[in-house]
Amino acid sequence: MALVLLLAWPPGCTASGQAAHENGPSARATSQAPQAEGLAAWNRIYSVLSHPRCINCHTATNYPQQGDDRHRHFANVVRGAEGKGVVALQCVSCHQEANADSTGVPGAHAWHLAPLSMKWQDGNDRILSSAQVCGAITDRSKNHDLDGPGLLKHHTDEPLVLWAFQPGRDIEGRPRALPPLTHDQFVAATRKWVDAGMPCPPIQ
Amino acid sequence: METYELTVNGRRTEVIADPGTPLLWVLRDELKMTGTKYGCGIGACGACTVHLGAIPTRSCAVPISLVGSRPVVTIEGVGRDPVGRVVQDAWVSHDVVQCGYCQSGQIMTAVALLKAIPKPTDADVEQSMGGNLCRCATYVRIREAIQIASGQLK
Repeated sequence: MALVLLLAWPPGCTASGQAAHENGPSARATSQAPQAEGLAAWNRIYSVLSHPRCINCHTATNYPQQGDDRHRHFANVVRGAEGKGVVALQCVSCHQEANADSTGVPGAHAWHLAPLSMKWQDGNDRILSSAQVCGAITDRSKNHDLDGPGLLKHHTDEPLVLWAFQPGRDIEGRPRALPPLTHDQFVAATRKWVDAGMPCPPIQ
Repeated sequence: METYELTVNGRRTEVIADPGTPLLWVLRDELKMTGTKYGCGIGACGACTVHLGAIPTRSCAVPISLVGSRPVVTIEGVGRDPVGRVVQDAWVSHDVVQCGYCQSGQIMTAVALLKAIPKPTDADVEQSMGGNLCRCATYVRIREAIQIASGQLK
């Protein structure tokens, strides 16, 4: 059954199919979770990934974004070679280990931009489609070689992912807008999607 | 109010402050070190730059509660660093300063740049100094002084 599902998946899901094969429990679960449920779970995941709290640091450009309107980060901040800014203007020149609500600066461990391989926007700051983002994060040549359990762990434990669900207050003292799911719901959706073999919508 | 132990320019000190107080105001109001300037208050201009754990940091953006044990170096102490001395000398010899308000931040950023990249390219200078604003527009002299300082570094 798992093989049938693999063959039925769109081309963008080849890497995820391999991940399901390489991980016994996920492969077994694939036969239990209908692909439709997996795709529904992915849609919930995408609603979070495309939210400003996540996508502002998954740019395709030389700069991060900020705010719910996703404007270019102020202070002439640039990406730098490793996504951490440049030597004398680093992300951590302002962003500390935790939110600084008194100054409105968000923070979490090792604040940085996602690598360009994990860009979820195009060069004009338009958010990539659900299928394109799914294709990117299931491509192990782009996602730091994370398989399904690795992606689940990333969504569960990564400090910058966790930050998105506890983003603190902005400079006006207002709570930053939250993604449409709670972190628990996000992890549950990821688990369901991984167990379904990480199906992706077809690229239009 | 909480008590915090800080190491500023190599000296240990103790301050009592609200946890949300920016490091900038602890330096200026509590420790009377007024060389570090308040510019925009939101990390956008660079006038308040200090070195926190050797990283150039906007002191207006960092509450005292998040400083921890990292040493702080300010414009009052950076001249004791060999690179800091060279940069300050270049600033003086090249007569960089106009009104001077932003210059302590400019120097702190320039020192951090040259400590990491002693021979920076124009792009390195532009990107690292890009967050430090100068309303007198002394940018050309700043860049020239950085290159003068660079020429004296190995």
